Amino acid sequence: MVSLDKFYNGNVRALSQLISAIEYQQNGVHKTLGEIFPKAAGSLKIGITGPPGAGKSTLVNSLAHQFIDSGNKVGILAVDPTSPFTGGALLGDRVRMNEFPIDGRVYFRSMATRGSSGGLSAATDNATLALGAFGYDIILIETVGVGQVELDIIDSCDAVIVVLVPESGDSVQTMKAGLMEIGDVFVVNKCDRPGSDRMAADLRYAIDSWKRFDEGWIAPVVCTEAINGKNLDELFEKVQTFVKYSKDSGRFVSQRRQQISKKIMSLLQNRFRQEFLDQIDTGGKIESYIDEIVGGKSNPFDVGEKLYQQFRP
Amino acid sequence: MFAGKFLEKIKEKFSSWDKNAEKYRSKKSLPRFFTISGEDINELYTPLDIKGSSADDYFEKQINFPGEYPYTRGIHPTMYRTKMWTFRQFAGMASPEETNERFKYILAQGGTGLSTAFDLPTLMGYDSDQPQSLGEVGKCGVAVDTLADMEIIFEGIDLGKVSVSMTINSPASIILAMYLAVAEKKGVPLDKLRGTLQNDILKEYIAQKEFIYPPKPSIKLITDMMAYCLKNVPQWNTISISGYHIREAGSTAAQELAFTLADGFCYIEAAIEAGLDVDEFAPRLSFFFNAHSDFFEEIAKYRAARRIYARHMKERYKAKNQRSWLLRFHTQTAGCSLTAQQPENNIVRTAIQALSAVMGGTQSLHTNAMDETLALPSERAALIALRTQQVIAHETGVANTVDPLGGSYFVEALTDKMEKEAEEYFAEIEKRGGVLTCIEEGFFQTEIARAAYQFQKEIESKERVIVGVNDYTLENEKIDIPVLKIDKECERKQIAALQKIKAERNNGQVQVLLDKLKQVATDGGNTFEAILECSREYATLGEMCDVLRSVWGEHVENPAAMQVS
Amino acid sequence: MEKKVRVLLAKPGLDGHDRGVKVIAAALRDAGMEVIYTGLRQTPQMIVDAAIQEDVDAIGVSILSGAHMTLFPAILEELKAKDATDIILFGGGIIPDDDKTELEKMGVAKIFTPGAPTEEAIKFLREAAGSRSPKE
Ligand SMILES: Nc1nc2c(ncn2[C@@H]2O[C@H](COP(=O)(O)OP(=O)(O)O)[C@@H](O)[C@H]2O)c(=O)[nH]1
Ligand SMILES: [Mg+2]
Repeated sequence: MVSLDKFYNGNVRALSQLISAIEYQQNGVHKTLGEIFPKAAGSLKIGITGPPGAGKSTLVNSLAHQFIDSGNKVGILAVDPTSPFTGGALLGDRVRMNEFPIDGRVYFRSMATRGSSGGLSAATDNATLALGAFGYDIILIETVGVGQVELDIIDSCDAVIVVLVPESGDSVQTMKAGLMEIGDVFVVNKCDRPGSDRMAADLRYAIDSWKRFDEGWIAPVVCTEAINGKNLDELFEKVQTFVKYSKDSGRFVSQRRQQISKKIMSLLQNRFRQEFLDQIDTGGKIESYIDEIVGGKSNPFDVGEKLYQQFRP
Repeated sequence: MFAGKFLEKIKEKFSSWDKNAEKYRSKKSLPRFFTISGEDINELYTPLDIKGSSADDYFEKQINFPGEYPYTRGIHPTMYRTKMWTFRQFAGMASPEETNERFKYILAQGGTGLSTAFDLPTLMGYDSDQPQSLGEVGKCGVAVDTLADMEIIFEGIDLGKVSVSMTINSPASIILAMYLAVAEKKGVPLDKLRGTLQNDILKEYIAQKEFIYPPKPSIKLITDMMAYCLKNVPQWNTISISGYHIREAGSTAAQELAFTLADGFCYIEAAIEAGLDVDEFAPRLSFFFNAHSDFFEEIAKYRAARRIYARHMKERYKAKNQRSWLLRFHTQTAGCSLTAQQPENNIVRTAIQALSAVMGGTQSLHTNAMDETLALPSERAALIALRTQQVIAHETGVANTVDPLGGSYFVEALTDKMEKEAEEYFAEIEKRGGVLTCIEEGFFQTEIARAAYQFQKEIESKERVIVGVNDYTLENEKIDIPVLKIDKECERKQIAALQKIKAERNNGQVQVLLDKLKQVATDGGNTFEAILECSREYATLGEMCDVLRSVWGEHVENPAAMQVS
Repeated sequence: MEKKVRVLLAKPGLDGHDRGVKVIAAALRDAGMEVIYTGLRQTPQMIVDAAIQEDVDAIGVSILSGAHMTLFPAILEELKAKDATDIILFGGGIIPDDDKTELEKMGVAKIFTPGAPTEEAIKFLREAAGSRSPKE
C-alpha cells in the first residue's frame, strides 16, 4: 500500500506510486482514494480533445505555462493508446515538457489506455483525484485523440476544449452532434494553414444552430497558431471566462454532482461485475452450459437467466 | 535503343534460358535476394527489364551522353579524365588557434580547400559559457562564440585565395556573417570570397536533429541569406543539400534520394517565392550523399539523382541556364555501416562504398577511417582512409572511362526504379501538403524510423548478415572503441576568452543591435543584414540565437514520429 | 491486472542521433512494454524527475557523444538524491568494454554495446523489472 504520510508530505514518488496503484487497481486503493477525495475537490479539471496531430499537446503545454505564470500548480495527464495486439505502448507526449521548470510546479504523467476505448484510461479519473489531493490546483487532461468523439472526458472534467484544424471539415460534419455536446471552448489550430477562416465560420454556424440544453453559454471558437504562439492568450482568457460562467451559473456544481452520481454507479457496476463474474469463473460451469447450447439443448437467454437467479446477491 | 524485333527474340530466348536455369535453382539458395534497402532483385537482367527501351528517343531521353541533359552519365563530358574528384577529408580541431595552425599547414602543402567543423554547442547555437555546453566545448570541432574566434581561425590566411567549407546548419547565417566580417576587416572584397555552407536545415528536422527554431522561420533565415549573398557574395555556395544524414538515420537508398531532392526543391521554391531568379541561385546549390554498402543500388541512386534533378529544374522550375540543371555532389562513405567489432573490416567496407561513389560520378569524396564510428579517427586510420581513395583513383582503372556501368541492364533498370520510387515519394509529399507539413507531421521521420527498425529486425532474424556482428564473429572479442576525451583546458580557455570579449566590447551598442535584430525578426525584414551588424560588434552566437529563439520559439519533434508500425 | 514493464528512454547530450533509441523504443513496445520517450537533450535531472513522475521500472539512456563517464554517474547521483535507487538504470551507445565494466560496478545495471540485439534488452528488462516490485 502506498504511504499517505509521504504523499501528504509532498513526496512526488508517493504520488507517482499512488497513480500506479490506481492503474493496477491495487488492493485497498479505493480506501486510499476515499480518504484523499475531499482534498481533491478544489482543483479545476480541464480536458483537451481532438483528432491526432491537431496540436493538443502543444496547447496543453502553452496552457500549463499560462497557469503556472499566474501562480498555479499544474498536473498533466496525457493518454496514449495501448496496442491491442502486443499490449505495449509508446508514450511520446512528454517530449514537449522540456521547457518546464523542474521545481515541482508542473507534474506530467503519461498513461496508456490499457484497453479502454473512450479516450481516457480507466485510471485517469482517479488519477485526477491523486493530483488534486497532492496540491495541483489545475489538472489538464489530454485525450488519446484517435479521431472519434471521446466522451469519457466529460465525466472527468469541468471544462472541455475541442481542438480542430483547418482540414477537419469532414470530421466536423460526421461528428457534429458529439462535438457540440462535449465542447465548452473550440479551437481551430494551425491557422497558418489555408482554410482556417472557413473552418471557424462553419464551426460557429454549427454551434449557433445546435440547440444546447445550456442556453447561457455559446461556445466560442478561437483561432490559434500554437507553434507560433499566436492567439494563445485569447484561448486562456476564453477558458477562464467559461469557468467563471460555469461557477456563477451553478453549472459547475451540477456537473460535478452528475459526475459523482455516475462515478458511484460505475463503482457499483464494476464491483458487481467483478464479483459476479468471479463466481461464475470459479464455478467452471460455463463450458458445460455452452456444451448444452451447442448441442441444441439450451440457449444463451435461458442460461443467462438461470445464472442470474443463482448468483444474484 | 533496342528494336522491337530484337526484344521479341530476347523474350523467346529468355524463356528457354529460364527453363534450363530451373534445373540449377535449388531449395538451398537464400529465401530472398534483396538490397540493403530491402528491394527485391531479379536473378538476371536483360534488355527486357528496361522499360521503354524500344522507343526511338529512349537513349537520348533517358541516358544520353555525359555532360548532356538529363546527365544520367555524369555532369561533365570527360569526367575524371579531366578532373579527378576532390579528396575531401573532413576533421574537427579543438581550439581556434589549433584550427588556424592546421589550416596554415594545409595551405603550405598546396591545399586550397579548408574544411571547418564546429563543436556541438556552436552547432546548437549556444556559447561556450552556457550551461548546455558543459563538457562539449571544442569536442569534435572548433568553438566559435564571437567574431574574435573567427579572426583567430583565419589569422594570416588570404581569404581571397582559399575556398572554405563550413559544416553548420541552424546558426549558419551567424557563422557566415562572422566570416564576412573577418573579410571586411582584412579588406578582402566580398565578391572574391569562395566557399560552401552546409546550411541544410530541412535534413536536420528529418534526420540529424540539430535544429533550433521551427521550420518556417528557419527557411526565412536561409532565403534572407541567399538574397544577401546573390548580391554581395556571388561566389558563395549557400546550401549543400544533404542526404548523408538521412541515410545515417536509417533510411533506405530510395528515401535518401527522394527526401533529399524534395528538400532541394523546397529550398528552390522558397527562394523563387522570395523573388529570387532560379538561374541566379541554382548554380550555387550542391548536394551531399551517402555511399552505403549495396554497390549497384548506390550507383543507381547517384545516376537517378542527376536525371531527376535535371528534369525538375528544366521542366518544373523552368531554369534556362544549363548550369542550373546540374546536380553536383559530394559523397561520404556510410558511417552507420561501420562496426565496432573487427574494425579492420571497415577498411574493406569503406573501399567498396567509395568505389560506388566514383562509379556514380561524385565530384568529391570523404572516406571514413575504420575507427571513425563517432569519434575522431586515429592518425593511422585517417591515412588509410585517404590512401583508399588514391588506390581507387590510380590503381583500379575505374576513372579511365566515363560512367563505366552505363548500359548495364541491371544498373539501368535499377536507375529507372530509383527514379520511379522517388517520384512516388514526391507525389505522396505533395499530397500531404509539402515538405514542411510532412516535417511537422513527422512523415519523413516515421518513414525513416520504420526502415531502421525493419533493418534491425532483419539483422536479428539473421535474414541479413553483418560480418563480425551477427555472423563470422570472433569469440571473446574485446570491444575497444576510441572515444573522445573531454579536454577541460580547452573549455576553460575558450570561456575565459569569451568573457574577456564580453567585457571589452561596446556593450551598449551590442544591445542596440540585438534589439534591432529582434525587431527585424518580428517584422519579417532581412535578418542577414541585422545579424551581420551584430557580428561586427562582437555579439555572441548564443546571444543572437537567444534573440531569435525569443521571437520564433524552439522546435520540438512531433512525437508522432515515434509511432513506427 | 497483469504487470506492465514501464521504461523511460532518454537521449542526453547535445547531439541528435536518435536512430538507436527509436529502434529500441519500437522493439520494447512490440514486446508489450510501456515506453515513455522523453526526447533529445535531456539533463540528468530532467531524466530522473521524469522517471519518478512516470513511476517507471527502468531508465534507458542512449549516449553516443563519449560523455558516458560523466552522464551515467550524474544520473546515479540524482537517483540517490531523490531516494529512487530502486529504479533500474541501463544504457547503450558507443561505450568501450573497459568503461562498461566500470559503469556496471558503479551501479548501472547493464550496458548494451553496439550490435547487441534488441532481444537482449527485452529479456534483461523482463527479468530485472519482474524481480523488482510485484504488483497485483
Ligand atoms: N503549422 C502548424 N503546426 C502546428 C501548430 N500547432 C502544432 N503544430 C504541429 O502539429 C504537430 C502535432 O502537434 P501535437 O501538439 O503533438 O498534436 P496532438 O497529437 O494533437 O497532441 C506538431 O508537429 C506541432 O509542431 C500550428 O499552429 N501550426
Ligand atoms: Mg499529443
